[in-house]
Amino acid sequence: MSNEVSARTDDAPPTTAKHHRVDVAGENVPEAQGSQATAQTVTINRPVAEVYARFRDFARLGDFMENVERIDVLDQQRSHWVVKAPAGRTVEWDARITEEEPERLIAWTSEEGAEVPNSGRVTFRDVGDRGTVVTATLLYDPPGGTLGKIVAKLFQREPAIQARRDLKRFKQLLETGEIATNVITREQLEEEGR
Amino acid sequence: MRALAWHGKHDVRMDTVPDPEIINPRDAIIKVTSTAICGSDLHLYDAYIPTLQKGDVLGHEFMGEVVEVGPKSTLKKGQRVVVPFTIACGSCYHCGKHQYSACPNGLPADNQDIARELYGHEMSGLFGYSHMTGGYAGGQAEYVRVPFSDVGPIVIPEGVDDDKVLFLSDILPTGWQAAEYAEIEPGDTVAVWGCGPVGLFAVQSAFLMGAERVIAIDHFPNRLALAAKFGAETINFEQSDVYDALMLMTGGIGPDAVIDAVGLEAHGLYLDNVIDQIKASTFLGTDRPHSIRQAIIACRKGGRVSMPAVYGGFVDKFPLGAFMEKGLTLKTGQTHVQHYLPGLLNAIMEDKIDTTFLISHRMPLEKAPEGYKLFHDHQNETTKIVLKPGMAADA
Repeated sequence: MSNEVSARTDDAPPTTAKHHRVDVAGENVPEAQGSQATAQTVTINRPVAEVYARFRDFARLGDFMENVERIDVLDQQRSHWVVKAPAGRTVEWDARITEEEPERLIAWTSEEGAEVPNSGRVTFRDVGDRGTVVTATLLYDPPGGTLGKIVAKLFQREPAIQARRDLKRFKQLLETGEIATNVITREQLEEEGR
Repeated sequence: MRALAWHGKHDVRMDTVPDPEIINPRDAIIKVTSTAICGSDLHLYDAYIPTLQKGDVLGHEFMGEVVEVGPKSTLKKGQRVVVPFTIACGSCYHCGKHQYSACPNGLPADNQDIARELYGHEMSGLFGYSHMTGGYAGGQAEYVRVPFSDVGPIVIPEGVDDDKVLFLSDILPTGWQAAEYAEIEPGDTVAVWGCGPVGLFAVQSAFLMGAERVIAIDHFPNRLALAAKFGAETINFEQSDVYDALMLMTGGIGPDAVIDAVGLEAHGLYLDNVIDQIKASTFLGTDRPHSIRQAIIACRKGGRVSMPAVYGGFVDKFPLGAFMEKGLTLKTGQTHVQHYLPGLLNAIMEDKIDTTFLISHRMPLEKAPEGYKLFHDHQNETTKIVLKPGMAADA
């Protein structure tokens, strides 16, 4: 497998490349950090203004981002993230918004000293009758390298899996006002940490 | 509460499990008054469906009384409702197109990965039907937590017996959708494989939609007799060659539309079936698709194939050449129950459709494990078992 970033001859999104290292620069993430990339997308049957506003409310992202224990909004640009990691640990970092266009996109990068350096970009696209397409591109360095990534996958905390499920929950919350669960008692719900 | 739980192949038991509570704002709690064992429950009983876990409460055909409602439910305590087996939100793109069984919002996000791997997309949540469909506790229980209760359950007018409306939950709309998917035109001949509840309702529905002739195919004499009662001609596949019979009965043209209401556990001693059975038992394949093969071979050129039958995985020897060369159209899918409920309830109230003929056994819920065994071992006499939680256990 080549590490070279070579010219692609199709229109497929960069993260779907089969043979070449992902061209991180091609993801348009400003101040990119992280060597792993994943892109996840979901179509939400709500107007773009509403979808964007709910996402921009960082303090409430934990409602649908399962691994987020807490997000403290520090100012307009900066927030402090406390996120669950495998084996009962948590990881923390400060994130700074690097680019923002209301109802179109938000990009961020982690500040120096982050345990898990990461950056990313979420775009919002009005698709008329079908609502809003939300696409999240995340760049990250998995904690503990390859082994850490396998462990994270075992514990279902692998960022690509998590991001996909989080977007599905975001869709459910906005479209139905609630997040689907199969538990039948409030005690079980608490055990799930919700 | 008491509930029927799966413990393994041919091992279902009555367990005591926690009473369900309101979890989400649109939930309601239903006190079950009637619940049925579905033919597709036998696929679970036979351990054909992956992702079942020990202790899972089964059952997806049920109705009952509303005993508790969340703040966003539109139901009222004391109302009697029939609950669709598909859990659909009513507000997503698919629900907007009345494709309720494609709704992704009833399926917990963590349960969506399995279907995504297997089918490319997540499907709707279903009650009591493995973790791939959400891991929801089912209706063969005293109480059920029903999500999206403002969209799914249909309120039943007072004075109408459970037995008359229970099958709105699954098999009646499934049979109806099967006939609708056959796109029947006046004068058509429709052949139906399988005279279980769905097949029998498809026979009834096909006539209501203008079919001139319906030919029903099965090997249980009792079930064929029920189909004949609705005016169908019958073929017993153990006694007659199905293809030859269909050709002679249709002047060599073949049926205009064919309906496969059998699915992944086809019976009968055919070479392809035996091979499929060996493959299924050695995990080389999951489904035994004899009926759909035969239906495609028999269907007239340019005809329609409707497939309400449940298939879960992969099939071999699918007659793709016949399908292409003859220019057939196939329509299939889990039933969009919510779409059909108002119209079918009306048809029942106006006595255009009777479903009570189907019920061969009524038993207390406590006897559900016996019910499964009976349904599994004696399909000729056992057309439908309805479990009644309120019935005395010694009844």
